[in-house]
Amino acid sequence: MNLVVSNLSLTLVTGLVLVALFISYREKLGLNKDIVIGVIRTVIQLTVVGYVLKYVFKINNWALTVLMILIIIVNAADNARKRGPGIDNVFLISFIAILTSTVVVVGTLIATGSLKMIPAQIIPFSGMVASNTMVAIGLCYRSLNTSFRDQRQQIIEKLALGAEIKLASKSILGESVRAGMSPTIDSAKTVGLVSLPGMMSGLIIAGVDPVKAIKYQIMVMFMLLATTAIGSVIACYLAYRKFYNTQMQLK
Amino acid sequence: MAIIELKQVDYQIDDKKILDSIDLAVEPNDYLTITGPSGSGKSTVLLLMAQMATATAGNLYYNQTDIAELNPVEYRREVSYCVQRPALFGETVADNLKFPAEVRGVEFDQTRAVDLLTKVQLPASMMDEKIIDISGGERQRIGLLRHLMYVPKVLLLDEITTGLDAENKAIVWNLIQAVHNEDQVTIISVTHDQQEIDSAKKMIQIIEGSIGK
Ligand SMILES: Nc1ncnc2c1ncn2[C@@H]1O[C@H](COP(=O)(O)OP(=O)(O)O)[C@@H](O)[C@H]1O
Ligand SMILES: [Mg+2]
Repeated sequence: MNLVVSNLSLTLVTGLVLVALFISYREKLGLNKDIVIGVIRTVIQLTVVGYVLKYVFKINNWALTVLMILIIIVNAADNARKRGPGIDNVFLISFIAILTSTVVVVGTLIATGSLKMIPAQIIPFSGMVASNTMVAIGLCYRSLNTSFRDQRQQIIEKLALGAEIKLASKSILGESVRAGMSPTIDSAKTVGLVSLPGMMSGLIIAGVDPVKAIKYQIMVMFMLLATTAIGSVIACYLAYRKFYNTQMQLK
Repeated sequence: MAIIELKQVDYQIDDKKILDSIDLAVEPNDYLTITGPSGSGKSTVLLLMAQMATATAGNLYYNQTDIAELNPVEYRREVSYCVQRPALFGETVADNLKFPAEVRGVEFDQTRAVDLLTKVQLPASMMDEKIIDISGGERQRIGLLRHLMYVPKVLLLDEITTGLDAENKAIVWNLIQAVHNEDQVTIISVTHDQQEIDSAKKMIQIIEGSIGK
């Protein structure tokens, strides 16, 4: 390991927080309280997570590992729920989408031998998959909400021509799946050129040969492409129905 | 025996009563003209008849069956609702004329489409026109033709000639007459057009959500 942050250095780095507080104070941003809360939460949450992970990795029990992953997925689904106001059962839809993409993608990584069946590998990767799916389906919900509002008239005409709700929603479904996937596709195009992704930076800082680090990063990019595709498709196909009532009328 | 019948139909949004106890019977092959002031509830009556919204009280019947019991998709293919100022979709005129076939999962009938275009004095080459390039009158005619690719039993028309010039109006009017007389389609037409009102066989007025005298 190249990288060890001593408690002393960490304390000294706290000075950076003072810079943020000073700027907020001088510019009257009114963010002092939020910054302090943010700092305290960062320290507490990460400390707790650090100890929990250490414990979970140590006892290496599959039931506990599954429980950890479920907690991550439930939290991600709850966050995604907030991004789809007005959509019925949006928590359940998000949960199904995130669970499926996590199981499929992490399962594939394990099956291909890219990941070892140990908590120290499975849990962080599940977290990455879940949080990326969460962001993607949040974008899907936003696109569904705007498109169903803006294209209301057109959908009514399609229904009036005798279309099933799926056909009437077809163009919106396409747009919304695309909205969920495009940030990941864009970042796949610019990765390494604009910024080094967090995971790869982390590996390099920790002393891993950059050429080895990129292999991991390539795997992560592929994984995220699959993740956002699976999550977006599931979320959109489950959510679009919620814009109609049982009489196949637009709500 | 009425083909479409409304019994004590109310429609309410939040606390606002938009339709109040509408009773109406339309016989097969009727041509019913509906007029009334703007905002009185005419479009809402058509929306309910088209099964695009559900009455908050009362019942609607199609051939004596409560429409709540029918498959909405099948029903809308028989009782076809042409909205006021249709928005065309897709990219070309063909995308619009093909849509009814796509809906039914059948092969597009090119001959029928060209035949209909001819009836509204549009050339066959119109099919490949981009929808952003066509005029308001053409848009209205094509919007209407979408409902005629497969002949419906009932055609619900919401002010389809409003805003058209005399020439376009006459073309649309002739087509509707042909559909009514030759194909025996029942027509329910909301209109402000004086000519259509003058030649109406049966007419009702809707005033403040109720049928007036
Ligand atoms: N979605 C809606 N929400 C609230 N009020 C509506 C809505 N749709 C229609 N209305 C109201 O219902 C009344 C009747 O509308 P409409 O049937 O479109 O009248 P018309 O076609 O006779 O001009 C109007 O006062 C209109 O403002
Ligand atoms: Mg109207």
